[in-house]
Amino acid sequence: MKEKYNCYHCGDLCIDNIIADGNHFCCNGCKHVYLLLSENGLCNYYQLNNTPGIKAKGKFTGERFAYLDDESVISKIVLFKSSNHINVTFSLPQIHCVSCIYLLEKLHLIESGIIQSRVDFQQKSIFISFNPQLISLRKVVELLSFIGYEPSISMLENSGAADKSTNKKQLIQIGVAGFCFSNIMMLSFPEYFSKGFIEQPGLQQTFSWIIFVLSIPVFLYSASSIFSNAINGLTQKKINIDVPISLAIFITFSRSYFEIFTHTGSGYLDSGTGIIFFMLIGRWFQNKSYDVLSFDRKYQSYFPLGITIKNNGIEENIPISKLAIDDFILVRNNDLIPADSILMEGVANIDYSFVNGENTLQKKNIGDLLYAGGKQFGTSILLKTIKVPSQSYITELWNNSIFNKNKETSESFIHPWSKYFTVVLLSIAFLATIYWQFTDSSKVLLVLTSVLIIACPCSLLLSATFTFGNMMRVIGKHHLFLKNATVIESLAKITHVVFDKTGTITTQEKSDIKYNGIPLSEIENDLIKLTASNSSHVLSRSLYHYLPLSPNNISTSIVEYSEEAGKGILAKTSDSVLRIGNSEFAVADLLNHAFKSAAVHVEINNNYKGYFDISHHYRDGLNKMVAQLNKKYVLHILSGDNDAEKQALENIFGNNTTIKFFVSPQGKLDYVKTLQQNGANVLMIGDGLNDAGALMQASVGIAVSENRANFSPASDAIIDGHALKMLPLFLKYARMGKVNISIGFAVSIIYNIIGISLAIQGKILPVIAAILMPISSITIVLIAFLTSIWSEKLLKISFSKS
Amino acid sequence: MSSLFIILGVSIIISISFLLAFIWSVTNGQYDDHYTPSVRILFEDDDNKLNNEQISK
Repeated sequence: MKEKYNCYHCGDLCIDNIIADGNHFCCNGCKHVYLLLSENGLCNYYQLNNTPGIKAKGKFTGERFAYLDDESVISKIVLFKSSNHINVTFSLPQIHCVSCIYLLEKLHLIESGIIQSRVDFQQKSIFISFNPQLISLRKVVELLSFIGYEPSISMLENSGAADKSTNKKQLIQIGVAGFCFSNIMMLSFPEYFSKGFIEQPGLQQTFSWIIFVLSIPVFLYSASSIFSNAINGLTQKKINIDVPISLAIFITFSRSYFEIFTHTGSGYLDSGTGIIFFMLIGRWFQNKSYDVLSFDRKYQSYFPLGITIKNNGIEENIPISKLAIDDFILVRNNDLIPADSILMEGVANIDYSFVNGENTLQKKNIGDLLYAGGKQFGTSILLKTIKVPSQSYITELWNNSIFNKNKETSESFIHPWSKYFTVVLLSIAFLATIYWQFTDSSKVLLVLTSVLIIACPCSLLLSATFTFGNMMRVIGKHHLFLKNATVIESLAKITHVVFDKTGTITTQEKSDIKYNGIPLSEIENDLIKLTASNSSHVLSRSLYHYLPLSPNNISTSIVEYSEEAGKGILAKTSDSVLRIGNSEFAVADLLNHAFKSAAVHVEINNNYKGYFDISHHYRDGLNKMVAQLNKKYVLHILSGDNDAEKQALENIFGNNTTIKFFVSPQGKLDYVKTLQQNGANVLMIGDGLNDAGALMQASVGIAVSENRANFSPASDAIIDGHALKMLPLFLKYARMGKVNISIGFAVSIIYNIIGISLAIQGKILPVIAAILMPISSITIVLIAFLTSIWSEKLLKISFSKS
Repeated sequence: MSSLFIILGVSIIISISFLLAFIWSVTNGQYDDHYTPSVRILFEDDDNKLNNEQISK
């Protein structure tokens, strides 16, 4: 009886006996990584965490990164380049623990050409500087891939740097406003306590002048984004909430400056700068989103950056942007086809799951048309392109105009409010002016400006920004990540929910497997498991996880093993021959059975045993989720797959759901559009490139992702596959958001009424403004915080009940 | 009381220096990564190269 070991590197169960330095490994790939690390004295990697490694896939093809030798590619990727120094940043989604940081920051010990490497754990990225005379960019990337951290390289994702700098600018604006506000407040205290009269000659003036100087950067720098938003709104002939706010700020500052210059008072600059400070914090809080997630991927992010072309028998690596029609391209195992093309040579087994959600491999013959986005399994194939990548079938979606314009964010419901607010405010100011014109005309200007200063709609804005910001973080805690806070409002308005099938309501992690045929003995079971463990094919992996580990350990070992890609595996042990694979491969006398789901056939010693029927596994909790959604929303399912699972889906979703199969990517987009033209607010939930158009078209598009590091198409939100069952709750929470904001609005209006009633009597003093302003801001922020926590609690209770 | 004028000036200058420090720390990227440095400091320097050849960005 042998003991069981877990791989020292990645933690997987070891089946074969692969040992180095007394440690067991699951595969040779992991062992090689271990040996490389131990050679360079980096075994600390294994001390910091148990089995930190990323399973070496053992499929290291030498040419995959060949395009990184191309000068034009290099210059696009690197940050800085000189003859003996290159700086580059890669995003490594695999970074997950302390050991990763340790290993990645010690790269220079493995390759002396690397000068320094620094990890940013939160961004999951690495900064590397290396000497190109000692090591090439390609070698660096290959080293990273070898130790398990394959960089996801894209030439488009440099926009991250721009986000960072706007974020920094925002922080500095807040910092400046906060600094000036607190100092102005400090300098205003003497005046509050001395009832507006300071005896010391000149001191009053000094305070005023310092306050004046301090307020200038707030007015010109910190508030600039508010002003530019207001101007943008006005040029589009819309009154957004920034218009009345800008007006209030403008009047506050100009009246204060007037008082300072004419020595008639010290103005309202303390309240004015304070308001700007609070509003900037609110905006920052609301916009603080998820840096690591990318919501704006285009199809280019999915495609390889480089491709091998083979013209006139000469192989050459070129960046994909240079690919032209009638080029001959070489597509290797596991490579994505970059453009629609015709198969010229080789055996093509294409996985189109990415493009249309179909799960089974398609075999293609020479002369057949292959669509871009398919993935080749098996040996290399030679293709002749008939379209350039941007004109291919799948990428044509992106030529649709919806990808070129920013999604029309449905007008936030605070904007109509701001319109009413502005109208009411202006009429109050107008009436007050008329009244004072007849009673005491010297007070007209004072009252008019006081009304406009005190009745700033900023608390309306604060209420919205803080409530949405809080809600977004609460939702994020439950693994639904929103692109921005306005998505919450759109979610609250949803009437129709459209699901994609494969990968959305089914999971890729688990399959339902059924065995049909002659019962297998324990030894045969072990044999199949052992064989499947050697293959990295999707079906082999599912089979491997499905088969139970028998109590007696596998006693045989495989003597001969060969895998024919797209067909099956042949394995020989000392006493038996095993073939598992598709029907052609495991020569079977099948009764011409049509298999709609994927099947793996088994043949042992030339006797056909039976097949494993592998079908999709619906997500846990799907039934309950559908039942809850059905009460309130109209559901639809659009699948690019065949209709094998029609019956099963109808059982879950019931009769009211429209279920469509064989829907093309464009078809999905059109379907959503038609729904919208009939007045529906559509929520689209999908996962693949084929859903990208529909996700874009829908009012809200949520991309489902099993693993946050994976690619997900452009969308408004990304949801963890496991959290999908909570969708009804998220929608309910979004609807509660409106109530929460209304509470905040109500309170802010009470403050406004108090303020305005004082202002129209001409009784408002800087000291009252300075007290009212922070109190109202702080209560609003508190209310926003409390209501979002409170509604989360309510939902949690209803979730545990149901 | 006239010492107030001097104190005012000094206090403003001190607080401005804090503002400048804040602006410097933001632009310098001190807030970019809150996690990695806390881990990095715990690794033993089993090599001297890193210390000697710090690369200036």
